Amino acid sequence: MKKLTRSTEFYIFLVFIALTIFIEIQSGQFFTSNNIVDMLRAMIVPGIFSIGVLMVLVSGGIDISFTAIALLSMYSATKILMIWNYEGNVIMAFIISGAIGLLLGLINASLIAFYNLPTIIVTLGTSSMFIGFMQGILHSRVISDIPKPMLEFSRAELFRVYNKELGVSSGLPVVFLILVALIIIAWFILRYTMLGRGIYALGGDRTAAERAGFNIIAIQFFIYSFVGLISGIAGMTRAIMMANVHPTNLMGMELTVIAAVVLGGTSITGGRGTITGTLLGVALITVLSNSLILMGIPTTWQKVFTGALIIIGTGLSAYQTMKEKNKVHGGMKLGKKGSKETQKNTTGSSAI
Amino acid sequence: MKLNQFKLINFANRDNNLFRLIIMLIAVFALMSTLRPSIFPKLDNFTSMAYQFPEYGVLAIAMMLSLLIGGVDLSIVGIANLSAILAAKLLIKFVPYDADPGYTLLMIGVAIIVALAIGALCGAFNGFIISKFGIPDILATLGSMQLFTGIAIVITKGRIVVGIPYMYSELGNAAIGGIIPVPLIIYTICAVLIGLLLNKTSFGIKLYMMGTNPTASRFSGINNAIMTIRSYMYGGILSAVAGLIMLARTNSAKADFGSSYILQTVLIGVLGGVNPSGGFGTVGGVTVAILILQFLSSGFNMFPSISNLIKDLIWGSALILVMVFNYYSNKRSEKAQISKRIAETTNS
Repeated sequence: MKKLTRSTEFYIFLVFIALTIFIEIQSGQFFTSNNIVDMLRAMIVPGIFSIGVLMVLVSGGIDISFTAIALLSMYSATKILMIWNYEGNVIMAFIISGAIGLLLGLINASLIAFYNLPTIIVTLGTSSMFIGFMQGILHSRVISDIPKPMLEFSRAELFRVYNKELGVSSGLPVVFLILVALIIIAWFILRYTMLGRGIYALGGDRTAAERAGFNIIAIQFFIYSFVGLISGIAGMTRAIMMANVHPTNLMGMELTVIAAVVLGGTSITGGRGTITGTLLGVALITVLSNSLILMGIPTTWQKVFTGALIIIGTGLSAYQTMKEKNKVHGGMKLGKKGSKETQKNTTGSSAI
Repeated sequence: MKLNQFKLINFANRDNNLFRLIIMLIAVFALMSTLRPSIFPKLDNFTSMAYQFPEYGVLAIAMMLSLLIGGVDLSIVGIANLSAILAAKLLIKFVPYDADPGYTLLMIGVAIIVALAIGALCGAFNGFIISKFGIPDILATLGSMQLFTGIAIVITKGRIVVGIPYMYSELGNAAIGGIIPVPLIIYTICAVLIGLLLNKTSFGIKLYMMGTNPTASRFSGINNAIMTIRSYMYGGILSAVAGLIMLARTNSAKADFGSSYILQTVLIGVLGGVNPSGGFGTVGGVTVAILILQFLSSGFNMFPSISNLIKDLIWGSALILVMVFNYYSNKRSEKAQISKRIAETTNS
């Protein structure tokens, strides 16, 4: 129990509960069946992204190119299907989009693993390359008549709930299962495989992981290509959910997703982070940004709220870490000076 | 003796970087001049370039300050827009359409001071949450970028702000002696001031030390928290300057102007030899990098077949290429140094 109350997930969970209760009191419409299904629906794409982001952050890196990968693979996969006049199973759309994503992820992976370049700057560069390639070379524009298999799949629902009071209904799309499957896969990798241990070890201390016999290059290759793969799948999921291909509509989501993952207790300097926390972080951000209207807050305030949430949320967990570190270092005769020392350590090491 | 040698090698390396950049600048210039001899090497072209680069040039210096201490400031554009919007709002509110020139000029001065103060405040806020709460710089500035942009959206309701006194943009777009544009002068002042700050003051030396090794700087009695706050605060002031230049150039202000500048300023920093993990980088290198980028971008504009959208692709590839190139050249110079030392020890 003590362990539970000290974990970040627990605090995020409390904040989440408090937020939902607050929204319920304000609007009286939060705990309605259709609103909950709407929230789950809104969580699908950020949820898929967040799994990749979690892996990257745990390994001590940062990837901001995943939305660009998603856009480019979703756009080119749809184009390929259209040229091909494909009419078969929708699985093919996901395979093509995922494969393109994997390929783009490999570009990131080789730059990061072979040249040991700072991950934020590499992915900043590649994301601009991918977007530039899509807009400048492929001349991307909105595709509203998507291929038939995709269109049919976009209507497939797991179930549908009706809200009799308001006379509205909401359905949970089948693509929700993709999120569930990816969560299980990532959970298994991180928890039960040597690769997962390696990802945590790499984020905790690169040199130590190397000395312990982990193949750093192979681990980094896996992480960044895996992120590419699931970004490709996330892009296709988005296209199917919207029933059109909009080449700009995921832009800017990368920052929110990273913030959500960090909010869920993942350390941006690496070595720490869980799937549960990540999903709670995503749920918190999704609920907050989708409930501003329910709370009666004008939409112009949305950015102020996300910004404040990122700063307060990450600030709380960063402050917590700092205090814990100080406790550990307290015995090292550093006294009060020590506290400032570790403080700089946390900010300094985050640069990479 | 050994210390002196070490310094010399260091100096040669740093100079080498600037030397390499200048060669690159000349090469780009020669290339563009031969490809477009009728337009590129003309005074008109240079004047228009001198109007274009200062706004992102000043931002690049701001970005450099954060890269020097191993951070990254994603909020610079947000600060620029917020301070420009506040300055514009202030001018619109207090300067009636038929105000006399003296009063207008006074209010412009006040608006500039307010904008700079807002920039300083925003930057200090960044530095404060980074150093006092231990929020990683990327996240802190990511959050504050949203926050500043969000405040700007709330103030403007997402709309464009127009109708600032004509005199402001006239002043901002003037050219002294008909040749030297005011933005260029502003850029030069900023570059010289930051150059002096980094090279001639104890603050600058401490900043480089902290960027190289925060733990060592802490133990040599430097207050890292104050240093971080000050460096981000200067970055904020520079961002506000860039915002004021943008306000003059476009004669308007909006919450989402210039969002592509973030990537561009990182690219300039890396191209100009700033080490993204902190500790290395000079204003000189950054200035030459800005010029290279401006020459390339103006040059591309002279080819109608290259669309603006491809530019993203070009900048992204350039960033990656420069980093890979730096990787190989660092490796080579390391090897050269090691073999030199081996030769020295065997000789003695």
